[in-house]
Amino acid sequence: MKFQEIKKKLKTKTVGIAGCGGLGSNCAVALARVGIGKLIIADFDKIEESNLNRQYFFGDQIGKIKSDTLKENIESINPEVEVISHNVFVDEYNFKALFKECDLIIEAFDKPESKEMIVKAMSKFFPEKTLIMGIGMSGWGENDSIKETKYDNLIICGDQKSEVSDGLPPLAPRVGMVANMQANVALEILLK
Amino acid sequence: MKIILNNRPETFECTSMTMGELMEIKKFTYKKIIVKVNNKIVEPHEYNSTIIKENDNVVVLHLLAGG
Repeated sequence: MKFQEIKKKLKTKTVGIAGCGGLGSNCAVALARVGIGKLIIADFDKIEESNLNRQYFFGDQIGKIKSDTLKENIESINPEVEVISHNVFVDEYNFKALFKECDLIIEAFDKPESKEMIVKAMSKFFPEKTLIMGIGMSGWGENDSIKETKYDNLIICGDQKSEVSDGLPPLAPRVGMVANMQANVALEILLK
Repeated sequence: MKIILNNRPETFECTSMTMGELMEIKKFTYKKIIVKVNNKIVEPHEYNSTIIKENDNVVVLHLLAGG
């Protein structure tokens, strides 16, 4: 498939991204670059200096709202992408309304409680849709440990063993690998 | 019995067991766990009343912080 055909196909697709941190910001940018039609992004947080070691934001954006700022960054990369940004804490009460029009959904939260919420919400509200999760991306090195695992329409990207801690922080290379892997799985599904 | 556990075949001596027993045997002890049996979510309070039998497809996910 030529890139023009890929773009034409992706133009009609909508992807939801829950969380605009390390996974969400990098995954959104990858999908925007290849010409996804529409992105629905959501996060409640503001950009902090400590986020810049992995998240797709810039030094002069510290203190700004993540979701709205990611929309700005995406639009300056590819203005053809329609971006709907929601500055909200995603929970089981607003999840359905936020993401109902999406072809598939990317899980990009950092907290285990939020990851649990989204798995349950998907099976309750959108049992037929694919959820692409990121689990295990802390630290550095060990490229080979990062993989894709499929359980029906639940797909996990990551090593499924490295948990964030003081001695094992999330860093740009491995977080970016998992975020781009999530975008790559999304493309595989959307271009079928 | 034979089941599929996290996409891999597993064989056990018994003909059935509860989800709680399976978690104990396999030492699934992380803080945040999602359990799916035949693609249906099983809540922690249902572990001991959920029977795992031949050919069941069981997924146990450890939800780790980071993202």
